[in-house]
Parts: sequence; C-alpha cells; structure tokens
Amino acid sequence: MHDHDKTLVKVGLSTCGIAAGGYKTYDVLEKELEKADIDVSLEKTGCVGMCYREPIVDVITPDGKLFSYGDVTEENAARIVNEHLVQGQPVADLLMNEEREGVVGTQNRISLRNCGIINPESLEEYRERDGYKALEKALKEMTPEDVIEEVLKSGLRGRGGAGFPTGLKWRFTRQNPGDKKYIVCNADEGDPGAFMDRSIIEGDPHAIVEGMLLAAYAVGSNEGHVYVRAEYPLAITRLEIAMKDAKEAGLLGDNILGTDFSFHMKIKKGAGAFVCGEETALIASLEGERGMPRLKPPFPAEKGLWQKPTCINNVETFANVPWIIYNGAEKFAAFGTEKSKGTKVFALAGKMKRGGLIEVPMGISLRDVIFGVGGGIRDDKKFKGVQLGGPSGGCVPESLLDTSVDYESLVKTGAIMGSGGMIVMDETTCMVDMARFFLNFVQNESCGKCVHCRLGTKRMLEILNRITEGKSQPEELELLEEIALNVKEGALCGLGQTGPNPVLSTLLYFRDEYEAHIMDKRCPAKVCRELLTYTIDPELCTGCTRCVKRCPTEAITGEKKEVHVIEQEKCIKCGNCFDACNFDSVIVE
Amino acid sequence: MAATEKSLESEAIPYETIDRVLDTYKGDPSAIIPILQDIQEALDYVPKEGIGYLGDQLGVSPAKIYGIATFYAQFRLQPKGKHTIMLCVGTACHVNGAKLVGNTITDELGIKGGETTGDGLFTYEEVACIGCCSLSPVMLIDGETYAMLTPKSTRKILKDFRGKTDEQNENE
Repeated sequence: MHDHDKTLVKVGLSTCGIAAGGYKTYDVLEKELEKADIDVSLEKTGCVGMCYREPIVDVITPDGKLFSYGDVTEENAARIVNEHLVQGQPVADLLMNEEREGVVGTQNRISLRNCGIINPESLEEYRERDGYKALEKALKEMTPEDVIEEVLKSGLRGRGGAGFPTGLKWRFTRQNPGDKKYIVCNADEGDPGAFMDRSIIEGDPHAIVEGMLLAAYAVGSNEGHVYVRAEYPLAITRLEIAMKDAKEAGLLGDNILGTDFSFHMKIKKGAGAFVCGEETALIASLEGERGMPRLKPPFPAEKGLWQKPTCINNVETFANVPWIIYNGAEKFAAFGTEKSKGTKVFALAGKMKRGGLIEVPMGISLRDVIFGVGGGIRDDKKFKGVQLGGPSGGCVPESLLDTSVDYESLVKTGAIMGSGGMIVMDETTCMVDMARFFLNFVQNESCGKCVHCRLGTKRMLEILNRITEGKSQPEELELLEEIALNVKEGALCGLGQTGPNPVLSTLLYFRDEYEAHIMDKRCPAKVCRELLTYTIDPELCTGCTRCVKRCPTEAITGEKKEVHVIEQEKCIKCGNCFDACNFDSVIVE
Repeated sequence: MAATEKSLESEAIPYETIDRVLDTYKGDPSAIIPILQDIQEALDYVPKEGIGYLGDQLGVSPAKIYGIATFYAQFRLQPKGKHTIMLCVGTACHVNGAKLVGNTITDELGIKGGETTGDGLFTYEEVACIGCCSLSPVMLIDGETYAMLTPKSTRKILKDFRGKTDEQNENE
C-alpha cells in the first residue's frame, strides 16, 4: 500500500536477492531512513532478473523517475539513504540504470511483466497494473468457449517443456464429461539450474491465481491445486498471501465478482521428487501416493485427479493467460515464429557474465540470448556449449549458435526447449563430466517403475563413471549409445524417454572429448581428477611442507626448505596439495 | 557411516504429535504426504517407530507409509545435527566447482552428503538448485549463504564455524 506522492524505495527480495543479503540491506535501509527521519515508503519487490547484481535497490521518485542500484551491500545501503535520499545526490558509482536498460529494456516481458516492479504481497499494486481485469473481462463479456478460442488463437503452448497447445488442452478438458473438473498448476520445478517458476510465483503470485481462475472458468472447474516444491518456502508464503487477499476481495471463492462462477484453490507442497514434474506422477502425488507415472492415454484431460477431467498447466503458462485475455490474442501472437508464438522465460546460469532471468520473443537466436542479453562468457573465456532443458535436454555446440529459439528448431539440434534452463559452458567444462552429472541426476530421480529407466540409466552411469576415471574400453562407447537409444525408446514416461538426451547430444557434438578420455586417458578440460597428474614445479616450490602435511596418503616427500616431490604411485589425485599451496607450484596436467 | 543412531534406539513414539497432526487432517488416508510433512516440521524428522502407529490410525499398511517416506527426498528418518550444511549441487554450481567444495566438506568433517557427524554437530546435505546461480558455487549453513566458494574458503568457513561452536559450548 503506497502513496504516490512519496518516493518509493524497493528492495529485490526474491530468493536470489535474499541469498545475496537482501534482508540485511533492507534492515539497514529501514534503520537509516528512520534515523534520517525522511518520509519515503520502503517496500519489497520480486526478482527483476538481474540476479548477478543482487541485492538490487530501486528508488522511484513521485514523478516516476527510476534510479536502479546494484550490489547494494549494507554499507552501500547507508550511502543511498544519506547521499541520495537525504542530500538529493544519486550515488553515481552504484547506479546501473544504463545496464538495466541494456539487459531488461531489450526484453519483451509478458510472464515477467510485474516481477521486480510490484510488491508481490500487494493486491492493490497488482490491480494498478491491470491485474484481474482479464478475469473481469472474461466473466462479463466472454463465454467459456470465447476464452478457449482466444487462448487457441494466441498460439500459446505449454511452457513446461513439451509445448502442447494450451487452448487445445483446455478444450479437451471442457469437452470431456465429468461432474467435477480440476485445474492443477505444476510448480514442481525440479530441473537443476532452472528457477523461472519460482521467480514468477515469488514476484507476481496474483498472475498465477488469475491465470488459474481463467482456466477454471474456461473448462468449467471449481477447484484448483497448486503443486509447489517444498524447497520454495517463499513462493508458498507469497502465494498464500495472494490467495487470501484475492478471497477477501471477492476474486476467489464463491460467486466471484457477483457471478455464479466459484473457484477454490489449495496449495499442495511437493516432497522432493523430480519425477513429480511429470503430470501423471504429479497427480499420483496429489492423491497421496508415491509419485510414479502411469501410461498415457488416458490423458489427464480425460482421467486426471481422482479420475476426473483435469487441466494441468505450468506456472509460466498460467502467468501468460491474463495478459493474453486482457490484451488480445493478436498482440501475443505478434511475438515469435509461425509455430512458436509469444515469448519465453529463460534462466541463464553457468559461465555467464550476467546470470539471471530473461524473457525474450521466440525465434531469437541462441547467440543473441547468450552474447546479447546474457553479456557473453565470464572472464571472456571461449564458449563451448549450452545445455537447454536440463537433464531432459541436450547440449548445443558453438557451430549451432545461430539456431532459432523455438520448439521445432531446438528439437532438430538434439536439445529441447524444456522449461527454460540455459546452462552455458566454456572451455573449462568437461562435456563427459556434464553428461555424467545429468545422468547421475536422472538415475537418482528414476522412480524405479520401469526397467529401461531404472536399470538402463544405471548401466549408462557406470560406463560414464568408468570413462571419467580412465578405466573404460573403446567398445564401451558404442554400448553406451545403444543403451541410451533403448532407454529413450522403452521408458514409460518423459523422465526416462529424455534422460539419455544429454549423453546422446554430447556424443554427437563432442565425441572427441569422450575419445580423449578413453584412448588417451586424458581430460582436455582438466576436470576429471582421476585423469590428471599432479607434479610440483621445483622452481616455484619453497619447501614450506604445507602440502606434505595435507596429503592423505603420504605421497609427498621432502623436508622443510627442500623441494617437495609427489610420488605418482601413491597419489590418489585428491587435489589437497593444489589447494594447500600458496605459491602455485603444484601443476595439474 | 558416522550418523547418529542414538535417538533411534530409545526414543518413545511421539503419540501426542502424531495425534495432533492426524486431527488436522481428520485421519484422511490420502493426506499421508502432508501428514508426514507436518510431523517432520514438528519433530525435525519422521521417527521410524511412529510409522506403525500412524498406519494403524489411518488404516493403511506401515509398508505403504514407509514407501512414501523413503520415496520423497524431503523426509528424514533420522534427526538432524545441530548445524545443517546445504551444499547446492545444481547445474550452475556443478559447472563452477561444487564437487570440489563437496570433497572439501567430506575431507574436513569426515562425512558424505546425507550424513551427520558423530558428535551430532553437523549434518551435510546436498541439495538441488537453491536459486543463487550467479553466486555459485554456494552453500547454506543454517540458512546463511556462503557464496563463490573454493576449497580453500570452504575449509576456512568450516574451521571458523567449528571454532565458534566450541566457544559457545564452553560458555554454556
């Protein structure tokens, strides 16, 4: 609740901001503002996407002028109060307006329209930015069929990764007979390295409530469930606040906005199982069972939760819907390509200069995302590949960087759109190790129901472990490929069917790295420890005995002030000597 | 494994907590997951010996409850240590060297991911992305973030932490 005659101070308090120390910044601002006795309104906001600059503090003057500050430590927070708010002199060296314009200004924000701008705990601020106007429009001017038609026309496809047309899903759910129908929001974002859904719920929870309300009206449902990861406590809290406020305002519950449309929402906390992102497993989990997938068909739109027609959509999908209904399908469809309309949110991470959250139109090239919006590679190292779609996706090499970001083009490269995780890798990343990392994840998360996934991924992981340890035989590469293709074909659900993708795509584009590990027992990126050799440079060694003391196998010999030597037979390549040395005299090759 | 087993042998079944939680869900057998979540929130873990009682009250076999409790990563059947180290092993942290940090924790404390030190001081958990990819590699100790870790800085943080805890213990 703020008053527009006052200067506004907003602190980015999503998980990323909090992790970077946002609450400490907030506390200092609060204290300093009180000390200075000036009348400004201090508020929380969500993630604007520039996670690499958190904690972020925005100062907005009554005439709407924005001063955006990055890296606001406690010390810097005090400076902002004293120099800017008291003395009226913006703190030039902390200002990042220009940078923000370059990063955020170049994006097209639909799902993220309010993230980092409004206070996520304020219904009023959501409504000021056209919140719940789509609901009003739908209930007063549109039939449920009109809503479905509008979503179909917009070309919106499921943002969870599979890309099924949202309007079709809604139409099927509406057409299938049932005395009760359910809406489910899939917020079980489990892909390691993806945080789009979390940021949307934390930054703009009402958008999810409104999106679900519109879906409920369209398919004829009066009950909805949000399945959120328990690891997202802040998202759960903010969604609870939004639901309570919406209910009190007559936007949720019985007889919404005075009509005979009623909708009730519940939050269900997930309990930590990646496979629950698969819709049938998620439904099993909602029903209180182990989250194991089942064969489709029947699809949830026919028989879902408690065997009733159920419409399951992802967080980002729901967040798009109010904008589409309020602004019209054409405006949404103006973005993107022929088959992939609109915009998509990506979580940029890995060896990026600007890690964070971005929303760009479909059809943009990977190069523009990584080197444009993302600012390129950290320390200006050489780009090697980008992993799209997490453990279910694939790795795209430099030669394909001009690929257009849309569902069809990405599949052609062996990757997938996925939910939007984009992990950038440079020359210091070992692709075999990356494939092993993702497969290890899939192996751990395999629910164990079908043999292909349970055992196939296990055998694949064993081979990859042997390769990274330098213990494998050349013929194992073909075996690895064969098992991978079999798992893809034989697994029951999406987890197993896509789990081998990281292996297959790295085999396709980075086969030479596999071969270096197998034939030459060498890791070109110097990541796989078992394949490294540790030696001591006699020129640089001062004989301080630090490494001698830290070696767990007594492989290092040498008295004080004598050059130390590593006995290769005893060395277990733990890396302790490398970490211990203060003189950079331990060489790794 | 160096996990603490002590509370497993002797602790009585926490009937009171289980009854209270069951009450909120009116004994609904489809609510097993939230029931277990609430029990864990109250006790910090799900005591194995309470599962039989829970099954009787819900009219569900203990095997089914045990199956659910072990299927989902969230549930712990053993109590946690005094301090919890959560090392992020999400993709971004992995790419930036989380494995080296993990090796250092194991070397310094003598426990692997999922274990608790013999003195019950530290529980070390490996967790999926905690959302500060731009600060990676990252760990949380009791909710406080430690960012841009190297093996060196990790060792120092753990040593300092242990020193602080020892001091507190002496003062107590």
